[in-house]
Amino acid sequence: MSAPAMGTSKTAHTDSSHKKKKGPGTLAIAYLVIYNVVMTAGWLVIAVGLVRAYLARGSYHGLYYSIEKPLKFFQTGALLEILHCAVGIVPSSVVLTGFQVMSRVFLTWAVTHSVREVQSEDSVLLFVVAWTVTEIIRYSFYTFSLLNHLPYLIKWARYTFFIVLYPMGVAGELLTIYAALPYVQKTGLYSITLPNKYNFSFDYHSFLILVMVSYIPLFPQLYFHMMRQRKKVLGHVEEYSKVE
Amino acid sequence: HVYLQYSNCFLVFHVFVSDPQWYPARQSIRLDPKGKSLKDEDVLQHLPVGTTATFYFRDLGVFLTEYAGPLLIYLMFYFRVPFIYAPKYDFTTSKHWVVHLACMCHSFHYVKRLLETLFVHRFSHGTMPLRNIFKNCTYYWGFAAWMAYYINHPLYTPPIYGEQQIRLALIVFLFCQIGNFSIHIALRNLRPPGSKTRKIPYPTKNPFTWIFLLVSCPNYTYELGSWLGFTLMTQCLPVAAFTLVGFIQMTVWAKGKHRSYLKEFRDYPTLRSPILPFIL
Repeated sequence: MSAPAMGTSKTAHTDSSHKKKKGPGTLAIAYLVIYNVVMTAGWLVIAVGLVRAYLARGSYHGLYYSIEKPLKFFQTGALLEILHCAVGIVPSSVVLTGFQVMSRVFLTWAVTHSVREVQSEDSVLLFVVAWTVTEIIRYSFYTFSLLNHLPYLIKWARYTFFIVLYPMGVAGELLTIYAALPYVQKTGLYSITLPNKYNFSFDYHSFLILVMVSYIPLFPQLYFHMMRQRKKVLGHVEEYSKVE
Repeated sequence: HVYLQYSNCFLVFHVFVSDPQWYPARQSIRLDPKGKSLKDEDVLQHLPVGTTATFYFRDLGVFLTEYAGPLLIYLMFYFRVPFIYAPKYDFTTSKHWVVHLACMCHSFHYVKRLLETLFVHRFSHGTMPLRNIFKNCTYYWGFAAWMAYYINHPLYTPPIYGEQQIRLALIVFLFCQIGNFSIHIALRNLRPPGSKTRKIPYPTKNPFTWIFLLVSCPNYTYELGSWLGFTLMTQCLPVAAFTLVGFIQMTVWAKGKHRSYLKEFRDYPTLRSPILPFIL
């Protein structure tokens, strides 16, 4: 559900109208450009890593291991985006961004990293590819927007690729969580049982099921939000071209 | 046609005749059962009997549901209603005496709140959207169930430091319950019925109100104290979580109230903090 973390930014920095609010200062913009360039590069590294590993091995199987470290590093680095919103240099909602980033981080660390047995599953490749393509487009979109030089192709890609990538990512995520369930139940991973002196219990297995169920109301909402955004952002351009 | 307007604790139920001659009498009233405001009578005079009627119900339904819910839910866990715990525990109660004490305290707290809502509080003009009611009820009921589940669980573990801990916790709890009640009474007495004037609350003869010297919203301070006491008494993590969330919310409210006091009154005492003396 966080495959393309696209819907968060209402204005995507500067891609909408010329509303000059009390936006970020020059230093902030410089920092953001660097941040987004680094992230674009990072996800490109992951993409290249995947391709090279595939070519070397000749199969899709087990490609996770070839990009495990950069994936963890750059996906976790996205936590900074919550800070950006909190501080105000990015005009997005802290809650929405937080939610999106945390769900990615959750999948990276609390599912894929923690349950070794799922790391060789093909579903992992499914969401990793979805995330990689999405993030490369998204971060380059932000970079160009900040520099006021957004190629239409990037804008188009950002608001079109999600149509396939989003369901693809969600499928990968759900299948991975599902694959993790039996191992979590067997080992009692991250679970606490009664009795204990804090009078508290937590069943990670049930929690994961709850997470899977939560995709049902959330995914359609986010997906259709993106659809509406697409019409809004790409819609006018089509109209103008018709006029010509 | 009929429409409903929810105004704080009033459910204003308007019935309009389709004849456009009769204007809708739209007003949200203050909570005061004794004072019949003049406006009501004006409206009734203008409307012939039988064609239009405006009913004003005093509906404290919101608060009653918010508070009666946790009261009843907790009791369901306490009495081990079937399907919550394993069948062999159905309709039994815990053998630990602190569990009985906790039930009494929790129930006392919500009964007190219900009674205060009915007899003590004066509500100022305002509306509560329906969405808030749903959200509040989910919050109160959800947490009540979560806490009650563990406290009344067959595998409940009593506090580490035993009787000492429980005794201290009970003292803190009762002290803060009395304190909270004292503040509510003091706030009620600040504003006589029907009056619109707002005044700065000050300590009264009741020692529990002396905290007004240091804090703007001592009702929240005492509320926090009560729940800290309950946490200590039950040594239960969900209770601690509930206390923390409540504390955060009350701090937000206290800061808001404090700010509006400062804005409204030039001579507002500078020593006061919003919720925690000198700290917050």
